[in-house]
Amino acid sequence: MAFAGRRDVPEPPDFGILKRLARDQLIYLLEQLPGKKDLFIEADLMSPLDRIANVSILKQHEVDKLYKVDSRPALSTSDQFCFLVRPRIKTMRYIADIVNADKMSGRSRKYKIIFSPQKFYACEMVLEEEGVFGDVTCDEWSFYLLPLDEDIISMELPEFFRDYFLEGDHRWINSIARALQLLNSLYGPFGKAYGIGRCAKMSYELWRDLEEESEGDGQGRRPEIGNIFLMDRDTDYVTALCSQVVYEGLVDDTFRIKCGSVDFGPDVTSSDKSIKVLLNAQDKVFSQIRNEHFSSVFGFLSQKSRNLQAQYDRRRGMDIKQMKNFVSQELKGLKQEHRLLSLHIGACESIMKKKTKQDFQEMIKAEHSLLEGFDIRESTSFIEEHIDRQVSPIESLRLMCLLSITENGLVPKDYRSLKTQYLQSYGPEHLLTFHNLKRIGLLTEQSAGETLTAVESRVSKLVTDRAAGKITDAFNSLARRSNFRAISKKLGLIPRVDGEYDLKMPRDMAYVFSGAYIPLSCKIIEQVLERRGWLGLEEVVRLLNGNEFSVSDSSVEDNPAWESQRIVLAVFLGGCTFSEIAALRFLGKERGCKFIFLTTAITSSARMMEAMIEAKA
Amino acid sequence: MGLARGIPGLLRGSQGCLWTLGPARGVLGLLGVSWYSHWSWGWLGGGHHPQPPRPCICHLSIHPPVCPSVAHSKFELYTMEWSLKEDLRDCMVAAAPYGGPIALLKNNTRKEKSPSARPLLEIYSASGLLLASMPWKSGQLVQLGWTASEDLLCIQEDGTVLIYNLFCEFMRHFSMGNEVLQNRVLEAKVFHTEYGTGVAILTGAHRFSLTTNIDDLKLRRMPEVPGLQKPPSCWAVLSQDRVTIVLLAVGQDLYLLDNTSCSVVTPPGMSPSAGAYLQMAVSFNYRCLALFTDTGYIWMGLATLKEKLCEFHSSVRSPPKQMVWCMRPRSRQRAVVVTWDRQLMVVGNSTECIQFVLDEDSYLVPELDGVRILSRTSHEFLHEIPEASQEIFKIASMAPGALLLEAQKEYEKESQKADEYLREIKDQKLLPEAVSQCIEAAGYEHEPDTQKSLLRAASFGKCFIDKFPPESFVRMCQDLRVLNAIRDYQIGIPLTFTQYKRLTVEVLLDRLVLRRLYPLAIRICEYLRLSEIQGVSRILAHWACYKVQQKDKSDEEVAHAINQKLGDTPGISYSEIAARAYDCGRTELAIKLLEYEPRSGEQVPLLLKMKRSKLALSKAIESGDTDLVYAVVLHLKNELNRGTFFMTLQNQPVALSLYRQFCKHQERETLKDLYNQDDNHQELGNFHVHSSYSEKRIEGRVGALQNALDEYYKAKNEFAAKATEDQIKLLRLQRHLQEDFDKPYLDLSLHDTVSNLILDGHHKRAEQLYREFKIPDKRYWWLKISALANRGDWEEMEKFSKSKKSPIGYLVRAF
Repeated sequence: MAFAGRRDVPEPPDFGILKRLARDQLIYLLEQLPGKKDLFIEADLMSPLDRIANVSILKQHEVDKLYKVDSRPALSTSDQFCFLVRPRIKTMRYIADIVNADKMSGRSRKYKIIFSPQKFYACEMVLEEEGVFGDVTCDEWSFYLLPLDEDIISMELPEFFRDYFLEGDHRWINSIARALQLLNSLYGPFGKAYGIGRCAKMSYELWRDLEEESEGDGQGRRPEIGNIFLMDRDTDYVTALCSQVVYEGLVDDTFRIKCGSVDFGPDVTSSDKSIKVLLNAQDKVFSQIRNEHFSSVFGFLSQKSRNLQAQYDRRRGMDIKQMKNFVSQELKGLKQEHRLLSLHIGACESIMKKKTKQDFQEMIKAEHSLLEGFDIRESTSFIEEHIDRQVSPIESLRLMCLLSITENGLVPKDYRSLKTQYLQSYGPEHLLTFHNLKRIGLLTEQSAGETLTAVESRVSKLVTDRAAGKITDAFNSLARRSNFRAISKKLGLIPRVDGEYDLKMPRDMAYVFSGAYIPLSCKIIEQVLERRGWLGLEEVVRLLNGNEFSVSDSSVEDNPAWESQRIVLAVFLGGCTFSEIAALRFLGKERGCKFIFLTTAITSSARMMEAMIEAKA
Repeated sequence: MGLARGIPGLLRGSQGCLWTLGPARGVLGLLGVSWYSHWSWGWLGGGHHPQPPRPCICHLSIHPPVCPSVAHSKFELYTMEWSLKEDLRDCMVAAAPYGGPIALLKNNTRKEKSPSARPLLEIYSASGLLLASMPWKSGQLVQLGWTASEDLLCIQEDGTVLIYNLFCEFMRHFSMGNEVLQNRVLEAKVFHTEYGTGVAILTGAHRFSLTTNIDDLKLRRMPEVPGLQKPPSCWAVLSQDRVTIVLLAVGQDLYLLDNTSCSVVTPPGMSPSAGAYLQMAVSFNYRCLALFTDTGYIWMGLATLKEKLCEFHSSVRSPPKQMVWCMRPRSRQRAVVVTWDRQLMVVGNSTECIQFVLDEDSYLVPELDGVRILSRTSHEFLHEIPEASQEIFKIASMAPGALLLEAQKEYEKESQKADEYLREIKDQKLLPEAVSQCIEAAGYEHEPDTQKSLLRAASFGKCFIDKFPPESFVRMCQDLRVLNAIRDYQIGIPLTFTQYKRLTVEVLLDRLVLRRLYPLAIRICEYLRLSEIQGVSRILAHWACYKVQQKDKSDEEVAHAINQKLGDTPGISYSEIAARAYDCGRTELAIKLLEYEPRSGEQVPLLLKMKRSKLALSKAIESGDTDLVYAVVLHLKNELNRGTFFMTLQNQPVALSLYRQFCKHQERETLKDLYNQDDNHQELGNFHVHSSYSEKRIEGRVGALQNALDEYYKAKNEFAAKATEDQIKLLRLQRHLQEDFDKPYLDLSLHDTVSNLILDGHHKRAEQLYREFKIPDKRYWWLKISALANRGDWEEMEKFSKSKKSPIGYLVRAF
């Protein structure tokens, strides 16, 4: 590695303040509607809200009953309704329906809508069109950032991915800019900013504009976060599409981690009820295995259980006093650890069971050959069989996309036949899903007769065209190619393996994919940070469709002695996966720097695929 | 900071030398000389004056005190420049307080309708310079008055109030209501309270209507006065405890009208034989009230009518022309000025009074700290002499300030008496008081020479005090410099120090801007070091807004001039200036100015107003504010016809996607129109497929899919067409199956349909589907084997295995 000796990884700033700010503002907003009120909460705001304020806090501020938005209030007698919602048109109509129904029956109530994280004009437009604009009051709960862990901050906006990349909807960019502004005001200016992708660029520029307008008071503050790197998800779809094999990623793929916690079902808890577990650095067992390759997790867990047993065993031969000490001081911790250990062992077993059922090994093998570009035919047949056997609609889709994106699109024959097979297996309504995937560039068809060089020249022309004019185009995915193979070669994403890759003592970030592939997104970050800019990466940038930037804030003092210089805020626009987080955590340890993750939402291949499916009704 | 210590030799030298205020302050400049002559910006209308500024003639005449401790003085502010031909009594006059402008309406009384005899409305500065004039073409005027922001209110007989600015430019009008319109206006008064400028009307029906704030018009009709048959002899508007009330006199009775009731009141200590009321006066601050009766008796007391302050018996019994209060804030001495045709009388708490003979018709303007007296030739100020001035200028005064002034004079004569005087003050340890007194007194002086000698004395005295805080001195020098500048007859704002402090410098700047004296305003901002956003930028913006109204210059010239002057001064909003340009009908100029606006979002509202919708849309997109884009899109939707609207969107993908998102949830039919417009058959196909989801009946679904099929063909998307065709086929088949077997088949995928058929033992039908949909062998074998295995139908399995060779072997992983 480039650095001579490993340095200690600096401590990340305390993000707890973000929670406190959000809570205080929410309480303030609730108090704006004095008296007892019923609170309607948008379904996907429930988990984030749970991390900010629990029910008793809400009750303290005179929230009477809680309802989920989209379930009609049975028979609410409250005179005041408060809606805590995302700025969505659908929700506005739901609220308008309630208000209008009340009007019809001659009931008068007070209605307050609290938009999180901000209000959109379109929402007001809908309220107006539905004729209830005058009946409601609107407020904004600027809850942009939820710290999920000591190094992960999520905006909890999973819809960002579809809205921006598929629909070309730029609304959320403003929210991102505001989130950056919030971070900036709390943790001082970022000395260096890097980024790639159109959204990254727009967000960054909008944020700078906001800062200029507000004439920030952060001037001259000592930065707590020295570097920021913004990246669009469409820079690297490949990594997000791969099966995850680090523990945290696997847990997410298998059980779905929601807002930093997971529901372990009866098959894990080996009892008849589910247990909700918070997965973060506080969990002593989890924090040690989250970044490990799955193959080493079992070994670790058994070692751990032996240790635990040994600690329990110390009881024997203790005298009364020692025993008293043990019970009062250690036993609770041990028991807690014991409980967690058995949960994680249960989770591992459950994962193993599921994965064996799905021929996980075969699938990983097929994925690896796709990444390396070998035996494409064989992989294609594997995917075909996967579809024919109806293994899983999402998984099949994922493999098709992976094939397309690594190969710069499918050969026309395969493109048609795979889609036909898929429709036959999983239902004709997926016709629209395919249209979406094509539009976003995840599942495309190679144009006949086009060689790679021809594609490249076209792309480079596009890039120069773009650079010339201002970006006012909504989509960029239509015209772009992934160029994965060429990029992979340029950056050396496929490690040369001499013998077995030791997953217990990983050499590079490839370990998160069993040593077969270094995640592209992480590699770009590594390269840019190492070079302190994009110099020397011109070819890669060109293949990635440009829109890169690197800015040093001259007003921020550059003091290499500051720990903040070694703190990097990695911003993933469109979501980041736990594999990427694990890879960068590994890189951070190697380089003595600390990565903090800011993402629109934690994502995974399944979440991405689901976002592309056109909902019925 | 502070003055050079020790010998005040720096101050010596020729008259009008520079005042040194210490190193940090730099050069103050000569107090008496106006900045006006230094001003060289070409763009000020009237930057060059026709004659050199003439010194104000000032005679400080101290009159015998009204009461032992108070003296009143009268001095000339200006000799009037207006060379009036008419007598003031023939004109309707209104002068704004705080040294404001004077409005004159000439020939109002003549009723002939010939255009040449139309009344002439003229507006003058306080020094009599004509600001603007115009023939009065509207209805019969009853009263003129000024608002707090120096707009002219012209109250017509029909209750319409027209508002003009200082330059006779019409601003707006409002009406005092139907009741006033019907009964006509008999009398009207304009008054100022904390709520703003109000108008009170006495109608022909002897009823009162009033509004307390003309900017937030709420008409109030006051209760009726019982038995009132003729107009009251006099009336006034009072403001007490934030309530506006009317006091009126009918014969010997006084009535108080509040919001709800009318009550009879009697002033305390009013002698029963006082007679009928002829005139009343309310003080500037609404605290005091004076009443004049037909026996020549004057009652002076609190406006609450709870306490009498004093009374006076004058020998004159005829009704006075005007009666106003003359008092200084915080002074305990109160006096009333009463005028008749040729006589002016100052009466107070004393049996004596001061009398002046008036050579000409005069008009009184009550001020915060005195009374201005306007006549054809001169403009005078009558006030109670402030204590500090009295102490210093009283003959043979031994007050510390007087001694200090004397000491300084002796010092200049290089006489040792200077030391004697100083010693006398110092012995009493009164030097700080002496300095303060001189500084304070300087503020009350209008004559620069007197100001200077007092300040010089203060500065001299300061040298002998350790650590005398310099702020008051510096402040006073600055204030006087500003005051002298605006008192210049060319500017003509005769503010006193007390008025200036009450008015604040910000309001003064506003008034200068109103008079379009931008350079002076800017110089004052710079001199007082006001922050740019509060000061210079604001004035420049006003200037620019005025500049765009100058029609004789080309758009390029004006835009360039504005940009040259304004540059990117903080706090300047080019869009506001552009908005003004547009209001004046200069669209092209507005667009040019908008180009200087750095924030593209700010440009949008005006562009929309100017109907430059497409430009507005691209600017909104540039700003990155999607809410703004939505706002523009909505605006366009209402403004343009549907075709043009869609065309505009097609060229702006960002806006198009936003609008599509909106339509998807809110108005799906529009979405279809959007695609139709663009001949986007692919999306139309998708649209129909999507709508097929929501169709309940199978015919509806097939119909929607059929539509989709057509569109896919048009889009030359054979794959989608084929898939849709298959789906229609499958749907129809599933319906038959459902009818035949009475089992749910609808909405299953092809795979599941065939699989279910096999599970239920309908092998023939399964076979039929296999052929009809050209299911690949591989898949068919897969599903058949697993279905048969699930069913446990080994017999059929054997049969099947013999029919063809399996393409996948028989080791089915599902086991």
